[in-house]
This record gives sequence, C-alpha cells and structure tokens, in this order.
Amino acid sequence: MPGPVVAIVGAGQAGFQAASSLRQEGFDGRVVLIGDEPGLPYQRPPLSKSYLAGESGLDELWLRPQAFYEKQGIELVAGDAVVSVDRPGHSVRLASGGTIECDHIVLATGARCRALPVPGAELDGVFALRTLADADILRERLARARDVVVVGAGFIGLEFAAVALAAGAAVHVVEVTRHPMGRVVSAQTSRFFTKAHRGWGAAISLGTGVARILGDGRRVTGVETGDGRVLPADLVLICIGVIPNAELAHDAGLTVENGIVVDELLQTGAPAISAIGDCANFPTRFASGRVRLESVQNGVDQAREVAARVAGKRVAPYDKVPWFWSDQRDLKLQIAGITAGHDAAVLRGDPESRGFSVFCFKDGRLLGVESVNRPADHIIARRLLERDPRLSPAQAADESYDLKAHMARPR
Amino acid sequence: MPSITYVHPDGSREALDVPLGTSVMRGAILNGVDGIVAECGGEMMCATCHVYVDEPQLDRMPTQSDDEKAMLEFTASERKPNSRLSCQLVVTPEMDGLVVYLPESQV
Repeated sequence: MPGPVVAIVGAGQAGFQAASSLRQEGFDGRVVLIGDEPGLPYQRPPLSKSYLAGESGLDELWLRPQAFYEKQGIELVAGDAVVSVDRPGHSVRLASGGTIECDHIVLATGARCRALPVPGAELDGVFALRTLADADILRERLARARDVVVVGAGFIGLEFAAVALAAGAAVHVVEVTRHPMGRVVSAQTSRFFTKAHRGWGAAISLGTGVARILGDGRRVTGVETGDGRVLPADLVLICIGVIPNAELAHDAGLTVENGIVVDELLQTGAPAISAIGDCANFPTRFASGRVRLESVQNGVDQAREVAARVAGKRVAPYDKVPWFWSDQRDLKLQIAGITAGHDAAVLRGDPESRGFSVFCFKDGRLLGVESVNRPADHIIARRLLERDPRLSPAQAADESYDLKAHMARPR
Repeated sequence: MPSITYVHPDGSREALDVPLGTSVMRGAILNGVDGIVAECGGEMMCATCHVYVDEPQLDRMPTQSDDEKAMLEFTASERKPNSRLSCQLVVTPEMDGLVVYLPESQV
C-alpha cells in the first residue's frame, strides 16, 4: 500500500522548510514541493541586500543544493504552477496538465508585489523586486542607472535605496505616508532612518504619492509626484507592499481575508489543507487578533509546526515570537514582536550614537522592541516576549538597569 | 582548498574541501551536511549554525563581533567557550584542517 503524500504548493522559504522539516520529523511518505519559479528554492532577503549589491552570488542564495532534494527524497517540481486544489485537500492540479493525488496540502503560496495603478507603470525601466529574476534585471540595470526613484519607503524600498546610492546613482524615495516603514516601526525609528538616508545623500519626499510615470514612449524618463513635481528617473522601483497569493484557496472555497485564514494550528477550514508564511492569516497573542506576516522567521517557524503535525509528531498551537530584520548600509534594524498599536515608546540608548532600541508598550505591557545596532537588546526582547514580558517602561529606558538579569529573574 | 571536518553528535565525521572565502556554514549547506540549519542565511539573526570549534584551533578563528556574541545567547544547545556561529567563520588558508563539532540541536 502506498504511503501518505504531502503536496506543498510554493517553493519559497516556507515551502522549502515544510518539505525539509517533514523529513526531519520522520515523515516517510512522498513529499512533493511545487514552485512556479525555475531552479532551486532560494532565499529572498539578500535580493534587496547583498545579492543586489553584487556582494554575494547565486551559490550563496540557494537554500540547499540539488543533491539535498535527492538525498531527502523531496520531489521538487520547479517552474510549474498549481492551478487548482480541491476542497477536501486530496489533489492538486498542475499548469502542465498533471494531477498529484495527496493526503495533505500545505499552501505556501507567498505574496506578489502590489502594482501601482498609474499611467506609465508599464514603461521600460519600471520594476518590482520580489523574485530572483527581478533581482537579476535590477542588478544589471542599476549598474548603469543615474537617477533612481523608489516608490514606497518600506523595508524593500529603503534597502534598495541604500544599495542604489552606494552604486553611485542619485536616489529619490517617494512615500505616500509621513512615516517610512511606518506600518512596522515606531515614529522614532522611522524618523531615525529617514534622517540616516538623507544623510547618505538620498532625497526623500513624504506625504506624497505618484501621479504618473513619464516616458519617451518606450523608456521611463521621470516620475510626476502627487504634488506636481517631476523627478528625473531612468530606473523606478515600485515597492508599495504585497498582495497574498490566496486565489487557489479562494477558488477551493476556503476563507480568505487578507490572506488564507487559518486557525491556531495553521489549518484552513479543510483539515487536510494548511497554510503557512506570507499567505497565511493566523491568530496570535503577539497582536490584537489576527495577522499576516511577511518574514523568514514566520515562514520557517510555521513550516516546522505544520510539518510536525502532519508527520504525527506534535499538535500544538503556533506560538512563536515574530522577529524581523533589515540591513541598510551600516544600520542593522532588528525587530522582536509586533510593535504596531503601541501607546508608549521609550528609548534605550542614544540614536546619535547609532545604537539604540525603542521599547514599545501598550497598556504598560511590552509589545515589541526595535533595535538598531543593538543585537543584545534584540535577543533579550525575543526571550522576554517568549516568556514573560513583565518589564516597565522606566526599566527599559534606564541603561543602568540590567536587562539580562531581569530576564533571568525568577518568576 | 582548505579541508574542514564536521563532527556529528554521534561521532561520525565528514571532511570537506571548502573554498577560500566561503563560510564554514555555507560549506556545510552546499555539501548537504546535516546539523547546520542557517535559517537566516548568514545574517546573524537566528543562531542555527552553531558549532563548537576544536579547542586548540580556537585562536585561528576570526574574532567575535558583538552581534555574534549576542546571538550566541540564543543557541538551542548549550553555549560553551568554544561556541561560534559558523556563518562568521570565513575560510582562510590557516583554517586548513579545522575541526568543528555540531551540537545536538539547532532549533
């Protein structure tokens, strides 16, 4: 009798981890990992950092070499899309025509870049950055770009801006809100990074959107902002957030609301279908209600949890502390927890020294910590949030108060 | 190419030729050595590429950054004086013959 089959839809970091963890958990049935991009599964974070800058190559991008998949008995189907999944979760259909019969489906479909609906967005020289193919084009075009306009000042936009400046281009960042990275960081951290980028030589326009992208009929020549200015551009990066890839789930009759809705076990309404990573909307004690997170940590930790459950090893509610990072030139931003919705933020350390943390609280409870070049604070914050975040704003702000001792105190 | 030996908790050994300039972590990943996870890809965010460096060879290793020291607080297996993050051990000619011991678990 054939053993059980797990089909993993999406071969990004979460999908890869699910496949790998199934084997680590002793699952001995078939594991089929299906990705619509060609080639081996790779890491996305370097695409806007070291890989984009040409400091690291393809070899450093692969999550594992080809031989790993053979050795682990993971059937990697690359360059083929899943066009439908059935509601009980017993088969997936491929664009190439085949059907894979299975016992469990893991949706790790990720997200795609949101398009900017303005005239001119289709011009040559206007790009998004999500995939290796995107990064390869950008790497080449960046080498000869003179005027770069970045639309959207999130992590990707600012990381790209830092690399573009270092590559010698003039860079102008246009952000529709008043707060760069404002969806994920406090006003203090946002202001610090705005100042840092300006100090490096980038122009940043806040509180204005893009009215249209200008071109000579074929190639981009500039960007017209919402407030009527024309910024010259021979390269435009649109990075205004992502849309979760939830269409397969929707078409299968599963609940979709800002991503694929799952319960605390990361199961959809159909018990044989789970969803993980950027596409999954899940309940967590680290936010008020549900969230959908876009990060390596979230994808990897959720993949491990689902793999353990599917392999029959462990059934536990998903409960990992979220963490994030961003590298912008000599600044390493590390975030533990989800700081959105805080009502108080205190500073530990001095932003002038370029090493500080912002501890964010709500109703006196620690929600999360944003650290810039302060890795020890970040690590302590992860531990605190995991266990018992009973830290007062006054203690957090007092540099002479020993956080490590606080963490180790008996409860 | 310098030869690096990875010793598993059960005592089994894998000796690999790792190119100069590559990290001890990446050398393991590219050659499919189990026991190194490296979920952050070498960004010093996860502490899942923890190794114990053979004690007599410790002084041949690059110095530890504050980032690495902080991350070593977060290893799944016990931190010892010879604990290092293998993503920070970039292979130099002097590292030929290096022996690293893999911990019981990385996560």
